[in-house]
Amino acid sequence: MTESVTRGPIKGAVENLTNNVINAEGLTKVFGEFRAVDAISFSVGAGEVFGFLGANGAGKTTAIKMLTGLLAPSSGNASVAGFDVYTGAEDIKRNIGYMSQRFSLYDDLTPLENIRFFGGIYGLRRKEIKEKGRALIDTLGLASVADVRLKALPLGWKQKLAFSVAVMHEPRIVFLDEPTGGVDPLTRRRFWEMIYESAERGLTVFVTTHYMDEAEYCDRVSIMVDGRIAALDTPLELQRQFGVGSMEELFIRLARAGKGGRHEE
Amino acid sequence: MKAIGYLLQKEFLQIFRNRGMLPIIFLMPFIQLVILSNAATFDVKNVAFHLQDLDRTSLSRAFREQFTGSGWFLLTGESFAEGEAINQLVAGKADLVLVIPRDFEKELMSGAESRVQLVINAEDGFSAGVIQAYSNEIVQAFNRTLPAVLPGMQSGPAVREIVVKSSAWYNPELRYSDYMVPGILVILVTMVGLFLSGMNIVREKEIGTIDQINVTPLKRYQFITGKLLPFWIIGLGELTLGLLIARIGFDVPMLGSYPLIYLVAALYMLVVLGMGLLISTLTDSQQQAMFIAWFFMVIFTLMSGLFTSIESMPHWAQNMTMANPVRHFVDIMRRVMLKGAGIRDIALPLSILTADAALMLALALNRYRKVSN
Repeated sequence: MTESVTRGPIKGAVENLTNNVINAEGLTKVFGEFRAVDAISFSVGAGEVFGFLGANGAGKTTAIKMLTGLLAPSSGNASVAGFDVYTGAEDIKRNIGYMSQRFSLYDDLTPLENIRFFGGIYGLRRKEIKEKGRALIDTLGLASVADVRLKALPLGWKQKLAFSVAVMHEPRIVFLDEPTGGVDPLTRRRFWEMIYESAERGLTVFVTTHYMDEAEYCDRVSIMVDGRIAALDTPLELQRQFGVGSMEELFIRLARAGKGGRHEE
Repeated sequence: MKAIGYLLQKEFLQIFRNRGMLPIIFLMPFIQLVILSNAATFDVKNVAFHLQDLDRTSLSRAFREQFTGSGWFLLTGESFAEGEAINQLVAGKADLVLVIPRDFEKELMSGAESRVQLVINAEDGFSAGVIQAYSNEIVQAFNRTLPAVLPGMQSGPAVREIVVKSSAWYNPELRYSDYMVPGILVILVTMVGLFLSGMNIVREKEIGTIDQINVTPLKRYQFITGKLLPFWIIGLGELTLGLLIARIGFDVPMLGSYPLIYLVAALYMLVVLGMGLLISTLTDSQQQAMFIAWFFMVIFTLMSGLFTSIESMPHWAQNMTMANPVRHFVDIMRRVMLKGAGIRDIALPLSILTADAALMLALALNRYRKVSN
């Protein structure tokens, strides 16, 4: 089973800094007294599947919002797809796809209508939307429900559709914020097969998750604790560095050391 | 530009699929139009009338017949004990008590004057005023008949008096539906603009799709146009239906021009849509948006001159109504439909509406940002 989703080693993107599609330097967001994101620095290479982990409240969503142009940083620098987050937020938006943890397609529209709407506002031509829409429906096996409103479809189908819609305009990077919450392992596995197929074609995937088996699928993983990046490397290297047997063990050890972890106990 | 088209397509699909919204858009306004236009009247009819005729002479009977025969008053009871009349008032069984004193005929016959007592229930000051006016009219009419009846006065010189003959212009039959329907149409259009537009955007916040929109390259003006245009169209559509009902159902005259009405309505919709958008940027849930919209709706309606006349408000309140868009649109509707006012006649309210529209849209645009939190 595992073979079907594992990939070869990272395609040298990390070493080649000029090829980075995300660069963050001391990126910080302060809400009043609270430092939600505290001077994080990292880079993500083109075509990489980058896992962005952290306990609830560690600052992941805030960091993603800054990188996608939804939230202005308090300080620090970051560029996404070659554009600065301060001055080029709208240019960034043209070059990224986004799928949020709150399922974000329209429940009262059909799959085809959702495809048409998002294709339309990303500026795809009518003919393109038609062709891509048909192809998408076929690959996702949604032909029988293409005209059924989304609210009637199972969550796993909706998530796959949301991912496909998020990458339909062929962005350079796609941000996935807990994309597989609430579905069974098999459905998650299929979802990750889609992620890999897109990464093979050169798409950079920036993904947050709470499932540690998914963390193992990533080329590199960062773990945020209390707004800081506590660890960042390939899953295997991280386990070796910290002397743990699994990503789950590592995650729990790091998260428990943070304030958020202590609060919960 | 094409993006707006896709947004419009999506909005219309959603509006017409929302089973909770359709009745609000189409059914509720017309039920209101029909009910309010018929029920909201300033006419005071069939006033409950209690009589204490302590004199019981032919003259006092003639006097009371003036009241009962007027058509305004409905005799609900008669009594002879002093306190009884007040009991009737307190019990709510009478709104007018007429007390004819014991020596009514005798005093008049002797050439003196006689005083009758009118006690009016003034809980509702407006109706009380109307009742008093009716009563005065009856008493004066009765006074004019006295010379013919009273023997002592027959020899006196003929009394010349000034008779006021009034004729009502612009609404000659004094039909209240003519007066109410144009104003109620304004309320309908306002509801659509204020409630539906505000709630629509907040709904996207609630379900989280607003973030999905905000990470797209969709521009601010495109989003706002796509969001407001459907309700602008629906509002004008609603006005059209309303004008048809006014014409066919209520036979309200239309002396002015329809294009002028639509010009004003098109502008007016921008004011309310701007307000709706502004409310949506200030709130996080549909409930909050509803409450705020309702707050403004009540103030705007009560201070619009629709139900109560602005001239009888205190001075400060009159000044406040000058900024009220509902007041100006109600005013324009009545003037254009009933008086045939042209664009020059409505220049002042029209320019205030223009200023309101500019202000609202500027505030809303300034508040709406393509960012979260």
